[in-house]
Amino acid sequence: MAIERQPLGALGAKAGGGGPADLRVRSLNARQLLRGGDLQGPNPSAHLEGADFERYVEESVMTTTLDKAVAWARSNSFFPATFGLACCAIEMMSIVAARVDVARFGFEAFRASPRQADLLILSGRVSIKMAPIVRRIYDQMLEPKWAISMGACCSSMGVFNNYALVPADKFMPVDVHVPGCPPRPEALMHGVLKLRKMVQDDPDMGWRERYDARGTEEVLPGA
Amino acid sequence: MPDATGLELIAQELRDAHGEGVVTDTLFFRNQATLSVAPDSIRAVLAHLRGKGYGFLASVHGVDYYPQEPRLGVVYELLDMSRVDRVAVKLRVASDAPDVESVTEDWPTANHQEREVYDMFGVVFHGHPDLRRILMPEDYEGHPQRRDFPIGGEPVIFTYNEAESYPSGHPPGRAGRVESPE
Repeated sequence: MAIERQPLGALGAKAGGGGPADLRVRSLNARQLLRGGDLQGPNPSAHLEGADFERYVEESVMTTTLDKAVAWARSNSFFPATFGLACCAIEMMSIVAARVDVARFGFEAFRASPRQADLLILSGRVSIKMAPIVRRIYDQMLEPKWAISMGACCSSMGVFNNYALVPADKFMPVDVHVPGCPPRPEALMHGVLKLRKMVQDDPDMGWRERYDARGTEEVLPGA
Repeated sequence: MPDATGLELIAQELRDAHGEGVVTDTLFFRNQATLSVAPDSIRAVLAHLRGKGYGFLASVHGVDYYPQEPRLGVVYELLDMSRVDRVAVKLRVASDAPDVESVTEDWPTANHQEREVYDMFGVVFHGHPDLRRILMPEDYEGHPQRRDFPIGGEPVIFTYNEAESYPSGHPPGRAGRVESPE
């Protein structure tokens, strides 16, 4: 199928004027152009009428809800916080590198401030001394926000199941647990893609109810 | 390394300089020279060894000899960097009176290491400028590296024991979830 280059003026000259009706005609013309049709020749939409015309428009227009569109946008552009806890952080760093380039899916922009981030990857063991700090970073992130518990330590404390550590589920809601010690970068990327699926299907998922997490929104002094 | 004879010579030199009870024992094992000294003379012993060239305090660490008594030990690893020569100095204190004189004034590197020994074993270093916990939270109770301290941890929640992990028998909020008909 050969596509002939058309001068930009051809579309405007054909549609002329302005307004919604002309917009639709221009859309149909553009579609025809992509099919390899000839604008100078007979326009198929020009002589479509009645049910045929309705069907033609239905094929050309996609409808959705605002929630779904927003979830689609969010899920394809997570902003993880630049926050590493232990050895898993090395694997976390490598998912943005060349081998498993997570930028393909839009998660590569690690933000240096929790105020700009909406995804917290707990990459390593959380000691009971660190837990309040992690919790504070999580509370500082803007809604909507998600958390991935990466590795055995912060999910189940792994080999460090002793007096010093606390599992992440004890002090903050976690959306995805990625097992491994440490998980391969591919595993973490799989977890991120699972999270993307979660966000697309149900942005809220009722996690505040599930985790009984009322009152966890950050309260600013004087607010 | 001082050899076994050199170690005995150092021990005798310390006894001559600081009294007979200063060095309680010597041990030369696998080319590692170790002096056991009385707890109240540790500063004098380390200062004397520094004068002999052992100018670098490489490590201060604690040991719990439970159930022996005196139970707690502190080990000072000294290094002579010009001769690459090491000697370890050990002392033992009882767990009901774990009092040791701090050497932070002579060896500033001992500051954090003595805090760690205090944090993990509860040995109290008198004369330390800032004897606080260094690794565990400041409101933590107990000294976790003592051998009679419980290991701690908690059972991991898997699917098979999820129900008994919650007082209500199910995770919060999960009760109202309706199973799908198919």
